[in-house]
Amino acid sequence: MRPFDYHRSDDAGDAVKAAGEDGALFIAGGTNLLDLMKLDLMTPSRLVDINRIGLDEITETEAGGLSIGALVTNSDCAADARIREDYEVLSRAILAGASGQLRNKATTGGNLCQRTRCYYFYDPDMVCNKREPGSGCSAIGGANRIHAILGASDECIATYPGDMAVAMAALDAHVVIEGQGGGTRTVPVREFHRLPGDQPDKDNILEPEELITHVTLPAPARGRHIYRKVRDRASYAFALVSIAAVVEMEAGKIASASLAFGGLAHKPWHDPSIDDLLTGEAPSDALFEKAADILLADAEGQGSNDFKIPLARRTLKAVLRDATGECS
Amino acid sequence: MTRHLKMDEPATDRLLDQLPSRLTGAPMDRPDGPKKVSGTATYAHEWQMDGKTFGVLARAPVAKGKLVRIDKSAIEKLPGILGVFSEDRFLRNPAQGTADEAPVQGVSEISYFGQPIALVVAETFEQARHGAHILELVCEAEADGVFDPEASNLAPEKPEDDQLDQGDLDKAMAEAAFSVDATYRTPSHNSAAMEPHCSIASWDGDELTLRGSYQMVKYNVNELADSLGIEPEKVRILTPFVGGGFGSKLGIAPEAVAAAIAAKAIGRPVCVTLTRQQVFENVMRRSESRQRLRLAADETGKLTGIGHECLVSNLPGESFHEPILQATHFIYGGENRRLGMEVARLNLMCAGSVRAPGEAIGMQVLENAMDELAHVSGIDPVELRKRNIPDVHPEEGTPYSSRPFAEALDEGAKRFGWDKRNPKPAQTREGEWLIGMGMAAAARVNMLMESKARVILKEDGTAVVETDMTDIGTGTYAILTQICCDMLGLAPDKVDTRLGDSNFPKASGSGGSFGASSSGSSVYLACQDIRAELARRLGCEEDALQLQDGKATGGGKDSALPALLAGEAIEAEGHIEPGETMEKAKQATYGSYFAEVAVNAVTGETRVRRMLGVFGAGRILNRKTATSQCYGGMTWGIGMALHEAMEFDPRDGHVVNNDLAEYHIPVNLDVPQLDVVLLEERDDWASPIQAKGLGELGLCGAGAAVTNAIFNATGVRVRDYPATLDKILDGLPELEMA
Repeated sequence: MRPFDYHRSDDAGDAVKAAGEDGALFIAGGTNLLDLMKLDLMTPSRLVDINRIGLDEITETEAGGLSIGALVTNSDCAADARIREDYEVLSRAILAGASGQLRNKATTGGNLCQRTRCYYFYDPDMVCNKREPGSGCSAIGGANRIHAILGASDECIATYPGDMAVAMAALDAHVVIEGQGGGTRTVPVREFHRLPGDQPDKDNILEPEELITHVTLPAPARGRHIYRKVRDRASYAFALVSIAAVVEMEAGKIASASLAFGGLAHKPWHDPSIDDLLTGEAPSDALFEKAADILLADAEGQGSNDFKIPLARRTLKAVLRDATGECS
Repeated sequence: MTRHLKMDEPATDRLLDQLPSRLTGAPMDRPDGPKKVSGTATYAHEWQMDGKTFGVLARAPVAKGKLVRIDKSAIEKLPGILGVFSEDRFLRNPAQGTADEAPVQGVSEISYFGQPIALVVAETFEQARHGAHILELVCEAEADGVFDPEASNLAPEKPEDDQLDQGDLDKAMAEAAFSVDATYRTPSHNSAAMEPHCSIASWDGDELTLRGSYQMVKYNVNELADSLGIEPEKVRILTPFVGGGFGSKLGIAPEAVAAAIAAKAIGRPVCVTLTRQQVFENVMRRSESRQRLRLAADETGKLTGIGHECLVSNLPGESFHEPILQATHFIYGGENRRLGMEVARLNLMCAGSVRAPGEAIGMQVLENAMDELAHVSGIDPVELRKRNIPDVHPEEGTPYSSRPFAEALDEGAKRFGWDKRNPKPAQTREGEWLIGMGMAAAARVNMLMESKARVILKEDGTAVVETDMTDIGTGTYAILTQICCDMLGLAPDKVDTRLGDSNFPKASGSGGSFGASSSGSSVYLACQDIRAELARRLGCEEDALQLQDGKATGGGKDSALPALLAGEAIEAEGHIEPGETMEKAKQATYGSYFAEVAVNAVTGETRVRRMLGVFGAGRILNRKTATSQCYGGMTWGIGMALHEAMEFDPRDGHVVNNDLAEYHIPVNLDVPQLDVVLLEERDDWASPIQAKGLGELGLCGAGAAVTNAIFNATGVRVRDYPATLDKILDGLPELEMA
């Protein structure tokens, strides 16, 4: 761990100001950042502690949805009665991640910024374009069982490892961001994370001194909420494939569908053409196969993660069967 | 006074069954338990010492090559840095268990990626780690590192003492009514002990004290002294609590020697603790293996031949090779036998003992092959095993000591409801889940090791037990206390058991499951000596002496112990040595495992739904700690079956999954309610307390019960461990709409 400066903020404005310095980072739960700092993988010159700036409540919005403060812990969010009732997919996704202890510390904003679990990113003696742009990607040609099959680039095949954001992508949640001078902007979760392209060091669209203040959920989406996570052990493992699905049925047909996928790409994967394909149709295996065809049209394995392609197909079909109930 | 026993003859007197006090065997709580749960049991890293400094090891950034120089300039100016050390006495890797001398020394020759090559010492751990990260190690890499044991250009060694060719296996295979010829692979494992490896070295003149986390103190003293080039008399090791060993703390390791050298140089105590990542790449791995199993059987399922040919690996210069064949030699009959061992030399971290070396993966794969034989022959797996229990050792012709193998198989089958299993695979389905049952046998060699203990019956009638034996979480404090209590007729709070100090009599140490029976026997012998002296003082025959509740009675007399002692304590040393009973009868422990699994028909994910283990290990010394050992072993078995695997980069051999997030051991949700049955058994050939080893028996085949159940559930036979979902996916039925 490199020596660093520490600043504790009491409000968001002060935090954003304090983060103005080059190399400064916010710290909330620290469940990922501290691990990375101990290994010298992230070396902030200054930590701005935002644990006392408030933003730790879930409130109702005028649009009939919810606004989740950035400092609401994963445990509190998953346990909130409104979330459990109206946004079940989010509660389920959060509880599918990490461990009870970690969820007690991890926050809504911090979890969105969780970094990849690529083995090579975590080893300071391995070259990694995400840590050091231009140095190379060790995962390509290496051990890559957990890596991306969608949207990867020649420079990075890492995945976004989280669960919460996958459910938020299915729910079409938005991220509220405060920047210097008190200005705010709002970005859909679906556009918050990036594909690696030629800038794999950038996980998401946040600028250095920008602070996530809230995540807003639209008015409740009716229908069946499913979060299915496939992993190497029953708990405390990152997703090989995960699917968040919110599907509403009406008169034997799919009235609306919103699906997002984890474990497959550098971001929670959302493809509107899958949602479009399903909407208005009667559920059938043929339809689900088509949905999987769309999802996996450009899928590319790296060798040891080739299995993710059939696994994603099988899991998607099973989730859609669950979500659409009795099938003809 | 010393009472010495060499086990040349069976110990048939079974004194522990005749004493009025019967604490031995009872599920007594650990006397050290309250300390552990209240944080007052001092583990290696936790010793508070004046002037304590911290060292962090720096790793080799190449797989093979030379350390050319260390550029200290960048770190010498940092705050708190006290020194950078690297020299010829540094260790390349830990000593193998019972080595008793220094392992390979000198770190300028780099043999594997991550080899510790320098130590940075600073005022705080954080400063030292920072220094170790930015220390510039100028290395010259060689391009010919070897990482694949099956690479075609390798010529593996064939250790002479681990080859057997008896009869004609090829002929037996050709003539067999039923046969199996299958090749399995198992990956490297890391024991991932919860307490990271740690040493604090401090010097007083030329005398070194090492507070560490080690399993075998008497060997560790010699290994450390030899590494440093000093006399063993100048070395004291303290290791009263060990937070998990599993073989990874058997031999003195790089951090101990580095700490000692640095502490001498700076004149202050130096504490070197491995990070979790270093635990994964610097301690011992269980070698990966390729195992070809050939089984030949007649129409009744009786084996006529067994072939078990293995390929394992280690670093150049390491004498240890994974002893996969240990139980294959004696568990089943079959006159035609070909057992072979090959060792590939690789540039991967050192291979050594990891819990149940040999049987953990050898029995696992043998028991998969037996399941394959049961399947092709149509004979029930339990019955098939019972038909192949030999009358005498199939290679040596010797008899067996106590062997409740058939009993364990029958008892397990009955308790588990084995008769409800459908022998035809892939027949039982509950929604998305395919259900199957599997079983496997357990077997593990039994060993007794030389061990000494001192027991002092003090003037006040309380006792002290002292031995350099260790408690690695296994329950040594409990069992030695229990034996002493029974032998001297004392309540547990009257016995103070002290362990893990090299100033105490030299014990077996913890390893190979021999610790409890060996150190327990030494305490038993010391107490026998004290009993003889008490009988003399009371004036009765030793046989007539009864000790209970702090009182002695016999020959019509009685006395409270303090009165009988009359101000004169009795001190005795017990000394057990293995003898001819090891050769006269084949000693081993046996058992059975039964598992029910559910395999998800969509994803191939496996969940173990219930699991039973039935074990015979001679006299059980504490039913609670013994049962816990079996729980732990079976949990390891689940891990080995389903997820555990060290992954190495194919290009440089570095450990890729070097933390507990990515090296998957089972978590609570992976482990169902486990049932453990301990059979009532006495093995007079094994030790004077009729106990055998138990610490490893719980995983000597356990994984096979799980993978055999996967086969029963799905029809998919995974021969490349672990059985992760990707290996099952292809064999799953097509998903049809309901």
